[in-house]
Amino acid sequence: MKRYVSVWFRFLKADWYVLREPALRDIPFVLGRTEQGRGVVVAANEVAQLQGIDAGMTIADARALLPGIKVLEDPLELENRLLQRIAVWAIRFTPITAVDTPDGIVLDATGCTHLWGGDHPYLKEIYQRFSSKGYNVRLAMADTPGAARSVARFAASAGVVESGRHIQAMYSLPPEALRLEPEVTEKLHKLGLHTIGQCIRMPLPVLRRRLGADAIKRLNQALGIEEELLKPVVPPVEYEERLPCPELITTATGIEIALKDLLRRLCSRLQKEQKGLRALCFRGYRADGETVELAIQTNRPSHHAAHLFSLFMPRLATIAPEPGIELFSLMATGVGINVAAQAALWNGDAGLVDLQVSELIDRAAGRIGRNRIFRYCPMENHWPELSFGKASSFEEMVMGNWRNDVQRPILMLTPPEPITVTAPVPDYPPMSFRYKGTLHTIQRADGPERIEQQWWMQEGAHRDYYRVEDAEGKRYWIFRLGHYEEAGARQWFLHGFFA
Amino acid sequence: MDGTKTDIINRLQRDILALEGCTSLRAGYPVRSGDLSVMDAFPYKMFPTGAVHEFITATLEDTSATAGFIAALISTFLPATGVVVWVGSRGVFPPALKQFGIEPDRVFFLEPIKKREIQWIVEEALRCQAVSAVVASWNELSFTESRRLQLAVEKSNTTGFVIRHNPRQANPTACIARWKITSLHSSSVDDLPGVGFPRWNATLLKVRNGRAGSHIMEWAGDHLRESAVEGARIRELHRKTG
Repeated sequence: MKRYVSVWFRFLKADWYVLREPALRDIPFVLGRTEQGRGVVVAANEVAQLQGIDAGMTIADARALLPGIKVLEDPLELENRLLQRIAVWAIRFTPITAVDTPDGIVLDATGCTHLWGGDHPYLKEIYQRFSSKGYNVRLAMADTPGAARSVARFAASAGVVESGRHIQAMYSLPPEALRLEPEVTEKLHKLGLHTIGQCIRMPLPVLRRRLGADAIKRLNQALGIEEELLKPVVPPVEYEERLPCPELITTATGIEIALKDLLRRLCSRLQKEQKGLRALCFRGYRADGETVELAIQTNRPSHHAAHLFSLFMPRLATIAPEPGIELFSLMATGVGINVAAQAALWNGDAGLVDLQVSELIDRAAGRIGRNRIFRYCPMENHWPELSFGKASSFEEMVMGNWRNDVQRPILMLTPPEPITVTAPVPDYPPMSFRYKGTLHTIQRADGPERIEQQWWMQEGAHRDYYRVEDAEGKRYWIFRLGHYEEAGARQWFLHGFFA
Repeated sequence: MDGTKTDIINRLQRDILALEGCTSLRAGYPVRSGDLSVMDAFPYKMFPTGAVHEFITATLEDTSATAGFIAALISTFLPATGVVVWVGSRGVFPPALKQFGIEPDRVFFLEPIKKREIQWIVEEALRCQAVSAVVASWNELSFTESRRLQLAVEKSNTTGFVIRHNPRQANPTACIARWKITSLHSSSVDDLPGVGFPRWNATLLKVRNGRAGSHIMEWAGDHLRESAVEGARIRELHRKTG
C-alpha cells in the first residue's frame, strides 16, 4: 500500500519574510503586486488574516480595513523557488518529494515511516521540524496524494488517515479539495453537490458529461482508482544507500566510517547483480539544512569498495561537517555491467582490461582531473592533426588501424612554426631552412607528400610535406602551404621532429 | 676447486645485484633485444627491466630522438597487450608510436601540471603491475625522488624512463642508467636518396654495475639493431675525398 504525506504551508511567503525579519512576527503585513494598474494582495500573514485581509483583495481595501498595515514587495517566482528548496530539503524523510502548488509539497512516504517508528511519529517529526523552523504547516498522510492533499487543506482535523480509509476521510470535504477548475467547483455547488461524498455517489457518466474528463480524472486519482504520478524534485536513484545517524557526526573519522559502511552495502548489492559503479555521489545532510557532497567517477564499472573508498579519500577532508551531519546517503548516479573481473581471470595478461589499470587511471583522474588524461583512437583522416582522436571511454575498442605506411614525427609543434627556406627549383626539397635563427643545411630529403584539405567541408591550401635531414643528422618534417609562389612569404613551416 | 670458487663468487654477485634492486634477474619480461652490443654494458648482458632509466636531453631535437629511442626500447619488451603510461606528453604525436611497434591506443597520456602531481602519478604508475612501462618528462629529478621511484619499481617490475630536458644540474640519482641520445645521419640501402631509418648515438653516461660507453643503433622498421656504421663512415670518407 502506498502512503503519501501532504504538507501545506498556510502562510508560506509570510513565514519566509518573518524568518528573514523576526520583527515582522506580530504585526500585520501583506505581500502586494501590481496587477492591471492596481495593487493586489498576494499573501497575508496570520495576524492580517485574522483581521479579514486575504489574498485577492486590493491593497486599497486592505488599507481601509487596517490603516497601519505594512505592504511588502512580492518577489517574482518566490513561491516556486521556496517550495523547490523545501522539497529538496525534505529528501531526508523520503527519496521522493514533489512540489505541490499552491503552497505545498507532497512526500511519497511508502516504506519510510518504520524508520521513525510508525506513521504517527513520522508525521510528528516532520511537523516539529517545520514548526521549529518557523513555518506554520498542516500535514496529512493518506493512501493517495490527492486524499492527503485535500485532508491537509480542508479537513477539520488533519493528521494520519488510516490505510484504506481515505475515501471516508474525504466524504465531508468540499469539492474545492479536489483541485478542480473554479468553474467546475462552481457548477458542482450549483448542482447541489457540496461535498465530495455526494459526488462519489453520482453515476460517473453523468458527472463526466457535465464536468469533463479532467475533473473525473482528479476524482479518480484522489480515490486511488487511477494512479497519480508525482514529479520528484530530485529524480530517484535506483541504487542508493542511506545511513541516518542518531547523533550528529562532526569528525572526519565518523564520516569515514559512514562512507565505508555505505560503500560496503552498496557494493555487495551491486556484486549480487553483476553490476558496477561508474559514478557515485556521497552526500551528507547537515543539521542546518545544508547538504555537503562529493562525487567521483570511475573509468570502468567497479564494485570494489576499497578502491572506491580510495577515490573519495583524498577529498574527504573538504567536507565541512559543522554543525553536524545527521544523514548520509550514497547514490549511484551511473551504473554499468561489470564483467571485467571475469575477463581478467581468464587471461593473466589482461592489458587494458586489467582492473589495476582502470583503478590507476581512476586514482589519477581524482588527482589531476579527467580532462588531463588522454587515450587516442585512429581516425580515418590524412590531415596529420586529425589523424587521431580522443577515445570517448576507457573501453572504446579501436576501429580501424593505426597507419604504418607513412612516416610521422614523434614530436609535433602545434601550431606549425614558420621558417624561411632556400629552394632551388619549385617542388624540389629546399636546400636549407632557418628556424629560430639557426641555419640548417639539408643533406637528405624525402618528398613531397601532398596532403589536401578536406575540400568538401573546409577551405584552405594543401600542404606539401618533406622529410629532411640536416648536416648534423637531425630529422625534421617541414611543409610548404599551397603552391609555390615567387613572392610567397610565410609559406614554409616546421611541423615536427623525427626521432 | 677453482670451479667452485668462481661459482660461489658468481652466486654472491647475483645475490648482491638482486639486493641492489636489479629486478630483471628475477623473472621479468622476455627481452627481444637480440645481440645488441649495448646489452653488454649491463650486468649479465640483459636489458634491465624493472628499473628506472634516466635520459638527459639538451635540445628539442634531442628530446625527439630520445622519445623515439625509448619507444624502440619499450617495444623490445612490451607484451602484446601491454599498457604504457606517458606522463607529461605535451607535443608527443601518438600515431608515430605505431612505427616503433607500440599500439598508440594502449598508451595513456597524462598531463599533470604541478611537480607534486608528476611525482605522485609516476610513482603510482610504476607501482602498478599491470603497466609495462612508464615514460615521464621530469626535468628536475632529485636523488630522493629517484630513490622513491626505484623502490616503487622493485615491487612491480615495471620499467621507468625519465626524460630530463635541460636539467639545472646533472645531480646523481638512484636510476640504474643515465643515457644521452643524439641523432645521427641515417643511411639508406645502396646510397639511394632520401632519409633512411632513424639512427642514434646512444651514450651510456653511467650504468650501475655496468660499463659506460657509446653505441650506435638504428630502428630498422620493426626491430632495434646495431647499425653498420663502419660502412657508412667509409662511404662518407669516399664522398669527401672524391
